Order: sequence, then C-alpha cells, then structure tokens
Amino acid sequence: MSKFEIVKPGSGNPKEPATPKNVPNRGGEANPSGIALKEQFSAAILRIDVVNGETNVLVETAKVLDIVRWLHDDATQSYEYLSDVTAVEHRDLSMPIEVVWHLRSIKYRRFLRIKTQLKKGTKLEVPSVWPVYKGADWLERECYDMFGITFAGHYDLRRILMWEQYKEGFPLRKDFPLRGRFSRSEQLRQALDANPEAKYSMEELSVADAFEELPLDMRARIASGEKTGE
Amino acid sequence: MATKRTIEVELSTSGLTRDGKPQRVPLVTGGDTGVALAEPPSLELDGEHMLINIGPQHPATHGVLRLVLELDGETVVRCIPHVGYLHCGFEKIGEYRQYNQIIPWTDREDYLNSIGNNVAFALGAERLFGIEITERCKVLRVIAMELSRIASHLVWLGTTCIDIGAFTPFLWSFQERENIYNLLEGWVGARLTTSATRVGGMAADIPDKWLEGLRGFVSTFPKTIYEVDRMLTKNAIWVGRTIGLGVMSPDEALNYGLSGPMLRASGVAYDVRKDFPYLDYETYDFDVPVGTNGDVYDRFLVRVEELRQSVRILEQCIKRLPDGPVNVDDPRVILPPKHKATSEMESMIHHFKNVMEGPRPPVGECYVAVESPKGEKGYYFVSDGTSKPARWRIRPPSFVNLSAIPKMVEGHLLSDVIAINASIDIVMGEIDR
Repeated sequence: MSKFEIVKPGSGNPKEPATPKNVPNRGGEANPSGIALKEQFSAAILRIDVVNGETNVLVETAKVLDIVRWLHDDATQSYEYLSDVTAVEHRDLSMPIEVVWHLRSIKYRRFLRIKTQLKKGTKLEVPSVWPVYKGADWLERECYDMFGITFAGHYDLRRILMWEQYKEGFPLRKDFPLRGRFSRSEQLRQALDANPEAKYSMEELSVADAFEELPLDMRARIASGEKTGE
Repeated sequence: MATKRTIEVELSTSGLTRDGKPQRVPLVTGGDTGVALAEPPSLELDGEHMLINIGPQHPATHGVLRLVLELDGETVVRCIPHVGYLHCGFEKIGEYRQYNQIIPWTDREDYLNSIGNNVAFALGAERLFGIEITERCKVLRVIAMELSRIASHLVWLGTTCIDIGAFTPFLWSFQERENIYNLLEGWVGARLTTSATRVGGMAADIPDKWLEGLRGFVSTFPKTIYEVDRMLTKNAIWVGRTIGLGVMSPDEALNYGLSGPMLRASGVAYDVRKDFPYLDYETYDFDVPVGTNGDVYDRFLVRVEELRQSVRILEQCIKRLPDGPVNVDDPRVILPPKHKATSEMESMIHHFKNVMEGPRPPVGECYVAVESPKGEKGYYFVSDGTSKPARWRIRPPSFVNLSAIPKMVEGHLLSDVIAINASIDIVMGEIDR
C-alpha cells in the first residue's frame, strides 16, 4: 500500500489543486433529480455533488430501496433502467467501502449515481434493489462474490464468477493479493482434490432423477435443506 | 405481445404446416407403404423430470457457458446458468496498471469488438483527465466503432446460422469479417487484439490510401447483407425456428436491464448513440431499428438492419473526415515524437516520466457508456489522483443480457434453448472478465 501516494477524494473544493494542470473536474450541469430527492427524502440524502458532469447522491444505507423504488415509480423521475450495481474500495483502507448504483431515465435522458457508504468492521449489508429491477440479480451476485457485500432481500445470493466452494475470500477487496492467497501448488492441489459432483449445487441435485443413487450423506444433506453445495 | 404475425415465406419448404408449426410426417418402415402403423405404446413420463447439463465445453454455448436444464419431456421447466469459467480478474489487474497499460486488456474482454472497447476505454479515461479530443480523432473513432460493430454482428450472424442449421451465411459473413480485419491490420497492425487507442488520441493515424480500402468495403458490403437477407428473412425453416421464441415484452426487457439489439427487438428504442450521445453521434444521420415482438426473429431483423445503418454511418465518416492532428496537444498524456525523445534531453525526460510514472488524472470518478454491438457497455473509473485507477469497473452488456435466459427459455423446447442462447449474442470473455 505504501507504494501509492494517497489523495483523499471528496474534499469538494474546486480550487484545490489535484493535478499539475489543475483540471476542473467538479461541476457541470446538475441532474434535477438530485434536488427532487432532497425534497422527498430530506434526512436520508447525505450529500449531492456533481463530478465530471455526473450527479452523485450519497444516501443512507437503510433507505436505498425506498429511494430507488421512488425513482423508478415516480412519473416525474421515471428511472426505468438500472445500468450497473458495483462497489468501490479505496486504497486508503480507512475509507469506507462504497456501493454504487447507476440509474438511467430513458424517458428524460438522465443519468444518476446513487451511492452509499459501508463502514469497515461492521456487517457489509445493503438492501437489494432486485424487487424493483430484475436486472440487479446477477449484478448483485457479482458484487457479493467480488466484495463480500450482502444484499438483503436478494432471492438467490451466491457466488457467480468464482465457484461456490471458493474459500480464499473476496478477490476485488484491496487486502486480497493480486495473485491470490494460496500458492500455485496449493491451488493445484485443491483443484485436483475437488469432487466434480460438488459442482452441482444442492438445489440442482435435489431435482435430479438420480436422487436415489446419491450417497447417503449427500441425501441427508439435501433432506436437511442445505443449499450451498460442498 | 403474442399477436399473430404473417410473414410471407418465400422458399417453399416441406416440414412446416401453414401456421408455421413443424409438420408431423408419419414414419413408414420397410416396404409396406400405405399400411397404417399401430399406435405407439404411450409412455407415462408425467412428473419425472430430467436434469441435463449443456456445456461448458459445447460449441452451441459460444464459449464456456454452462446451462443446467430441468426438462419435462423435451420442455424446459427450469434453467440454471453457470458462468465464470473464463474469469481472469480484469478489474483487479486494472487497479495495478496505468491507464494506457489497461487498453490491451480491453481488447480481450469482448474480443469480437476489441477496437470498440479501446475507444470506449479511452473516452472514459479522457473524461477523467478532462481532455477534449481532436475532430479527426473523433471521426476515426466512429469509423473504428462502426467497423467493429459490423464485424461483431457478422460473427453473431454466422454462428447463429450454424446453431440453427444454415451453413452458407456463415461463410459469407466470415469472408466479409476478413475484409474488416484486413482493414484494421492496415491501420493498427493487429487484427483481433488491436489496442488502437491511447488516452488523448490513437496509436496511429490511418495510412495513405486506407480510405480507398474502406470505400471499397462500404460499396461491396451491402451486397452481402442483401444476400443474407434473401437467404434467411423469408426462409421457412429460419422463420419456423426463430419466430415466437424467447419473447420479452418491453417492460420486462427494461426491467431485466437488457440493452442493445436485445432491448430494441422488444420495442424499446434505447440506443446510447442517440440517447446519451458521444463522439458527436448526434450529428450523424442514421436510424435505430426497433422490433415489435421481442423474439429471436426480431433480434435477427434488428441486427441485420443495424449492419445497414453502420454502413450509412461509415459513408458519412468518409465524407467528413477532416485533416489535422490525431492526438491532442497535451504533454500530460501524449508522448513526444520518437526522434525528439532520442535526441533532446527534455523530451527524453518527458518520455521517461510519462512511460514510467504514467499520467495522473484528478481525483474523481466517471461512468462512460457506449453502444457496443451487444448493448450498453460502460466503464466506471474511480481515481484517487494516482496514475492507476482505484477502481476500474466494466459494465458488461452480455452479462446482464444473459441473466435473463432462465426467463426466456422456460417453457420452450430443448432445441429452442440453442436458438435463444444464440440470439443473446454472448461473448464469454466479456461475461466472465
């Protein structure tokens, strides 16, 4: 970490020199939805700023689903399209992890970024927007897979890019080394030891015709309602 | 959405009834023609579901996609997709690379649209740096994006035809794609992994007479589109295998976050080039094709029409390409000319610092989306003022499009799963990253 020179973002002062040339990147046309949100959810909106012409709205974690639902349903906002759900961890490890939603209103041609901050050391949990946008399904699963952020209310939150039995942690966290935690030989050993049958999730095996032919312990695990595989 | 449609089927093909359903032909064995066969013994398979696994190593899954299907007879009851077999951690690697060093990685995610990704990445980085690119560079980038859109749609067309059982259009489309790759090779030296852009400009200007080659392509390519159109659009087998499959209504398609031809086939006219323009796309004259039924057939029609529209844009690019520099005059990001770097002390220091330390954007963040052949491709950057992004996020359009596949295939036949999967136009390199 010490290799990087750390500059704290979010100071909000446009006069502060950020680069040798001091390019003004704050400012631009603000999205009117920011002001509308402030009127609707006054206390839950913590900060609104415009960076590179894009409006960022920092909101309270618990209120995310209400805010997103209002933005989706309200006729004057009409954010019917969810572009992306992702998270950001800064190199400065004392800074909170941010979860970011990118919303688009195709009707009014607007773009809005909703953010919320999760303090490290606490439970990393945000409300899922899956009840509003079905497209959030895999995006939230990926975010969980890569950052370990739980989306409360998601119907099927499990790893998506990494395999279900992956034990090394969450790859996009800054404390995760670029080459992985285990040595190559250890990774190879684990791969050779893996039981290919375990690649079927318990849910899939439960529908399998071959249920009767499964080993007894696996059948017992299915019967007990276990879902996570391995 | 399930309104009946009439499509004039031109080539008379046996095997279909009048209402487009596969014809049931009684099988006659031996020489006893005309003898009615006894009723086959009815097999009571009710309630017994079968679990089958397609992929990850299967040619019809376009890469390493794995689908676990629960079947009732031949009907799909449930579909569980598994992705991640090609996961390489591009986003993680990006946090350890300078901005210009990430450009080769963008080639390798959606590898059918590599030069388009290069342009998208450069656009994002330039917004972060606060750089306004030159007019010539803008037009060259539009040429690059439209050429790669055509190349990507041609691969989609060829592979989908193979999946559905037509072999000839595959050869036509890959031949035309070869012409595009020859053009790209003449421009940037590489065919597939182009790495054509730099922050603030392009790696190279087009060589002399290159526009002649592009003009030749633009004049001959519409003939291929016409041939494909003649071959497929009214073909009874093609229509029978694609119509009414994987229907998504406009509201569903929006809610599932579909984008690109998938969304437009459902009747939502959302095209990033028109709605959130970049590279002066608002000044080009082109139409956005929109389907009405949201099935596999409409996705085919939309993509074929997009090929024509891309040719239109290329024609306008050839007319308007201005003279002038390609790279911006900004020493923060652009390297000095090679002959100066090897002969002048100051230029050498400048070259050294730009290469070894890398340009530093201001603290900030930005999300730049472009219309890739698969849909809305977005790059999200978070900069903390160092020469490497604190977070580089790829918004992969085919990842989100694929997430709707359980919704689209349920209730259809197993053989239709292949057609629906092909219609999504997935690239696993982009989905898994």
